[in-house]
Amino acid sequence: MTYVAEMIPARAAPPEAVQRYSLSRFAGSLFMGVWVAIFLGTAWFMYSGFSEEKFYKYGPRMISGLGVTLQLVLTSLVLGALFSLPVVYARMSKSRALGAIAYGYVYFFRGTPLIAQLYLVYYGLGSFRTFFEAINMWWFFREAYFCALLAFTLNTAAYQAEILRGAIESVPRGQTEACNALGLSKLRAFLTVILPQALMVALRPYGNEIILMIKGSAIVAIVTVFDLMGETRYAFSRTFDFQMYLWAAVLYLVIVEVLRNAWNSIDRRLTRHLKR
Amino acid sequence: MQGDVVVTAESTNTFYTQIWALIDGMFSAIWSILHPVLSAIDPLCGRVGVFSLLGGNGMLSCGDLGWGDEIAHGFYITASLAICTLPLGLAIGFLLALAKQSSVGQLRTAADIYTTLFRGLPELLTLFIVYYGLQIVLQNFAGSIGFSGPIEINSFIAGMIAIGLVFSAYCAGVLQSAFQAIPQGQYEAGYAIGLTKSQTMRLVIMPQLLRIALPGLGNLWMILLKDTALVSAIGLPDILRQTFTAAKVTKHAITFTGIACLLFLALALLSSVIFSWIETRTKRSEGAR
Repeated sequence: MTYVAEMIPARAAPPEAVQRYSLSRFAGSLFMGVWVAIFLGTAWFMYSGFSEEKFYKYGPRMISGLGVTLQLVLTSLVLGALFSLPVVYARMSKSRALGAIAYGYVYFFRGTPLIAQLYLVYYGLGSFRTFFEAINMWWFFREAYFCALLAFTLNTAAYQAEILRGAIESVPRGQTEACNALGLSKLRAFLTVILPQALMVALRPYGNEIILMIKGSAIVAIVTVFDLMGETRYAFSRTFDFQMYLWAAVLYLVIVEVLRNAWNSIDRRLTRHLKR
Repeated sequence: MQGDVVVTAESTNTFYTQIWALIDGMFSAIWSILHPVLSAIDPLCGRVGVFSLLGGNGMLSCGDLGWGDEIAHGFYITASLAICTLPLGLAIGFLLALAKQSSVGQLRTAADIYTTLFRGLPELLTLFIVYYGLQIVLQNFAGSIGFSGPIEINSFIAGMIAIGLVFSAYCAGVLQSAFQAIPQGQYEAGYAIGLTKSQTMRLVIMPQLLRIALPGLGNLWMILLKDTALVSAIGLPDILRQTFTAAKVTKHAITFTGIACLLFLALALLSSVIFSWIETRTKRSEGAR
């Protein structure tokens, strides 16, 4: 048995470890330096090339274009959410025919580019002019805006159907069985027990889908809808001023970042009972 | 003084022309060997190609009358654009993922700026900014070294850069979460048996990383494949542009836009088959349990 007979005197703290200049520190400075250079260069370019005349001429147009973008995205998201419900129902039903149809629909719209779908609706369906005139629907398919709305709705419905289906399937079976044991009707069990839990899971992918739609909606500019991108292209074609694209980039970035952060805080707030 | 500048410009010009001629000659030599083989087994316009069998002599045939060969050409451009972008995006994405989990704060911030920027911008806008912006930058640069001609960027290269930027930003996220799924003990075990840092990365971490990240990368590949359709907006004759031209000329819009969708579906189907094959292959090393 040994024991300490006298107190060990206090010692000086070890010398602070020398931070060696490593490759990653060099890479960090370099990478950051490139960003600073790019941002300063862009800021200088935008400042030196700023013209009040162009700003007042095209600024309001771009803001109204932003309105068109948001309106288009919001409408198609809501309509898509509604249309995704029967798709999910068909996809999860026991009938194989219904399931196959829903699967084919989802596969088609998730497997092809949005822009190809837009062409299919706008140019493809638009070629049946006489038919649509006969059934009084030509006003719809004549307008690029409505065609974009239709294509976006169908597209986002397919994605939202997959999100919702995944979320519903992620709710444990025991929940359904517990509802059966309590004698709840199927609809009631679904609406009050399964769906709230599923939507909680689906919250994050829904947020991603909104952002994807906002970004994806830029392609309507190609079929002559004057959304933010369309107005930007118009302004660029008039002025050949590259600044227009940079302004649009700033606007898109602000929208997406605000939405992303807002959605994150909503998500945190709603799922706070799930955190440990 | 003026004369000097012009001379340098011209001499660099001829130098590049020579190199270009060399590369061109090399490719045409390779092409002359490959072409007969490839054109025979071409699934669209070859001996047993879809368009040659179904097209007959109509607008889908592969000759001068039909649009089959143009569309097939577009199909290969889309496919090669996606295939060329993939390694570029993967490499940048891997470096970004490393940067994101580095202990150096600056590196993390810089990588975060990158991903925020390219995830937040619409792909089409990124494409336009790269296409027109690069032209302006190069024009200014060339102007400063005394070359004053119009510079046009190849739309294939611009598409590759723009889509690669977007892909790498998403890829960084996937790889980062895969990195986090690998326990610290794996690195420590690697160092303990005397492997260097790069050996540990290559022999221990990478194989596991690949297996974990593969489903996420598969999704990203599908997104990449769909994003390539956007390059038709800057004039690259890909599937969409060729079918669009065909639709305009022949007035059979629904047929050709439908064909474009089907071709993209075929690409998606093909890649999902390949990916599931790769996935089963990488799972072999997990062994039977």
